[in-house]
Amino acid sequence: MNRKLIDKERVIKLILLVFALSSLLFLFTIFAFILTEGLPLFYEAGVKAIVFGMRWAPTKAAFGIFPMIISSFMVTFGALVVGAPLALACATYLSEYAGKRTKLFLKPSLELLAGIPSVVYGFLGVVYIVPIIREHLGGAGFSILSTSLVLAIMILPTITSISFDSLMSVPPAYREGSLAMGATKWQTIRRVVLPAARSGILASFILGMGRAIGETMAVIMVAGNALKIPTSLLDPLRTLTSNIALELAYATGDHRRALFSTGVVLLVIIMSLNLVANFWVKARVAK
Amino acid sequence: MRINPRLTDKVVRGGLTFQALFTVGILVLIVAVIFVKGFPYVTAEFIFSYPQDMGRLGGIFPSVVGTVFLGLLSIAFATPLGVGTAIYLTEYTKESSLTRIIRFGVESLAGIPSIIYGLFGFIFFVIKLKLGWSLLSGTLTVSIMVLPTIIRTSEEAIKSVPKNLRMVSFSLAATKWETVTRVILPSAAPGILTGIMLSIGRAVSETAAVIFTMGSSLRLPTSIMDSGRTMAVHFYILAREGISMEKAYATAVILVCSILIINIAAYYLMHKMIARYS
Amino acid sequence: MRFPYRLPVLALMSALLFCCGSSQSSLTDEKSTVTIAGSTSIMPFSEKLAEHFKIDKPRIVVDVQGGGSSAGIQACLNRTVDIGMSSRDLKGDELVLRQTLICHDGIALVVHPRNPTKDISAEKIRDIYSGRITNWKALGWIDRNIDCVTREEGSGTRGAFEELVMGESSIHDSIMVQDSNGSVKEVVATDPYAIGYLSLGVVDAKVRALSVGGVEPTTRNILAKRYRIVRPFLYLTFGEPSKNAKLFIDFVLSKEGQRILKKEGLIPINE
Repeated sequence: MNRKLIDKERVIKLILLVFALSSLLFLFTIFAFILTEGLPLFYEAGVKAIVFGMRWAPTKAAFGIFPMIISSFMVTFGALVVGAPLALACATYLSEYAGKRTKLFLKPSLELLAGIPSVVYGFLGVVYIVPIIREHLGGAGFSILSTSLVLAIMILPTITSISFDSLMSVPPAYREGSLAMGATKWQTIRRVVLPAARSGILASFILGMGRAIGETMAVIMVAGNALKIPTSLLDPLRTLTSNIALELAYATGDHRRALFSTGVVLLVIIMSLNLVANFWVKARVAK
Repeated sequence: MRINPRLTDKVVRGGLTFQALFTVGILVLIVAVIFVKGFPYVTAEFIFSYPQDMGRLGGIFPSVVGTVFLGLLSIAFATPLGVGTAIYLTEYTKESSLTRIIRFGVESLAGIPSIIYGLFGFIFFVIKLKLGWSLLSGTLTVSIMVLPTIIRTSEEAIKSVPKNLRMVSFSLAATKWETVTRVILPSAAPGILTGIMLSIGRAVSETAAVIFTMGSSLRLPTSIMDSGRTMAVHFYILAREGISMEKAYATAVILVCSILIINIAAYYLMHKMIARYS
Repeated sequence: MRFPYRLPVLALMSALLFCCGSSQSSLTDEKSTVTIAGSTSIMPFSEKLAEHFKIDKPRIVVDVQGGGSSAGIQACLNRTVDIGMSSRDLKGDELVLRQTLICHDGIALVVHPRNPTKDISAEKIRDIYSGRITNWKALGWIDRNIDCVTREEGSGTRGAFEELVMGESSIHDSIMVQDSNGSVKEVVATDPYAIGYLSLGVVDAKVRALSVGGVEPTTRNILAKRYRIVRPFLYLTFGEPSKNAKLFIDFVLSKEGQRILKKEGLIPINE
């Protein structure tokens, strides 16, 4: 190869490297700003007062977000408990039992449904789920239950779609080998296919969890946004995300800084979850 | 007592089928409800006229325009960066600590919730860079949001291109870049397009990040510095404030339809390309 | 086969062209946009005024944004908007701004139309919002929890409510929060057991406004100072308003502007 070509290649490689580094740049900028705005309050008011504080009244110097941390976890957990098994079952059916035509039709449909805006889910939750809970189970309707249900439905397409991809990418040879040894279909699925697709399925759960814990608009619509830690499934609650969105437009000064501090906590939680999950997934794959 | 595995098989099959139908059923029901309640109010006039009385009357034209521009512009920004990153990670380097760091960066970006993007976009683009509530602020924020998706799907697509294609290309004395552009990318195009399609969908349906960066003005955005609403934002405001249930449903119909059309178009493109290259 | 560059390049080019398009508030021609931002309570009314103003002066575009009273005040102090809207009185450093009172607005306590409660005492309101009363039994209705709704911290409406009604008591943290008048109204309109407070100008047939201590929240009672839960709607400017902003403010203060506000349920300033 002559000199010109090598140089051209070098330049291209450099440009692409810059592109690749841009992700890091963006990440750094985002963290930098959120932290610069959010950390000072931790120094002034104390980490304990914020993270474990029980009272949120930022215009009166009370910045406790502990109830919201608990609430965020509660609805995410609820959403996974309801949504993950259902989604995985759906994905398993689609990948292992459904015919080619069904697959061809349903997979894109699922991907489409993953594109429905979260506000639509929230709206339908308000119009249908909240009144039903209110009339038949009590409480205001705006509750952990309603939020978990709405979030569960929201993460169904995500988990199903990615789990399906994982299951489909298990080589047919695995299944054939198992069946050839006399296992039934379900035995094959349970002991060969699912474990082989494990990392992808777990990844889908993590993505679903990420979507649930980071969801804002739909939650604002169905959670009721009360500040207290909910003591029953029917109590209203406020998540970390809703807290930010509800008050950001109105907040100034310390109030705004407190919202950034909420953002910092949210980031820490989500990043930790991601790290733990990735670590766990990688460890299992390495096995 | 051992349960007959064949019986288990049948029971499981039935259970799974039911759950699958249930899952798909719920989602279909959601779309159906939106359409049934909203379609009667979707008229050409609705799409092309301007809102009056805070959206109680009139149409949603400004938000349609806002949505289209936000979607297209975000993709315009994010695709070169995303595909470029994917190419670099797969074709131009071996696995090293640098690539691990970059991948970590991408994964982290993907995990950041949209409200944090809204928070960041608000304080950085709207306030610090003084771009104000504008299409530009919104676009920049949303581009970063969809970047990980494009990187991920592009990487998957590029990785799944068979190794021999590359070998053949090199053996024909093509340079790396020529190989990438003439062999690998066309072959990976369907997968990349899927990622782009998913991203447009996300950009169009995103609300939290958009509302704090693009604002919620009812005016028609005519330049990149104008504020405006996307249909998702408009729908959110209409629905929450109870301004007009009919218009809310109608907006939702158009929103969901747009996503549907984008997806179908992308699938059509994808199949066309698969047909061409396989 | 080359990679299909055409589509992305086209997209990029149209994006660039779009960027070069003239902004509504371009610096080259005369400023014909008036930006107003602030209180979400005042926002719908400003929009309405803007619609009518446009008929008179079609060349001037009035761009109304929300953000809340505090944000509007900030924006005004930072000179990023022409007019700031505030639904509460200014305090401290904010007083450097020029205030124009455009009307008054009552804050009404509302319940669902099917709720038989018609009157409530200020004390009972305080008890409900501070968490001391939690059941409709205490107000003579059925044995059922009160689904109480308040606005979020930082809201001008909440600030006014806290100042005029709650006084020393603080709003309990088990009470649900919504972030606009409209959404409070929506909740109360759909939940028979709900109670909330909102801008009087927003009240319509979907909810019922309670009389407080025997006094109905009507324009007459507000003017007669019998109904006292009232707050000012202010337009704020940093010093002298710009030419077009002044035109708009004059319109709002004019007979026609005030007539529009009165029709919306607000209290005009002249009466």
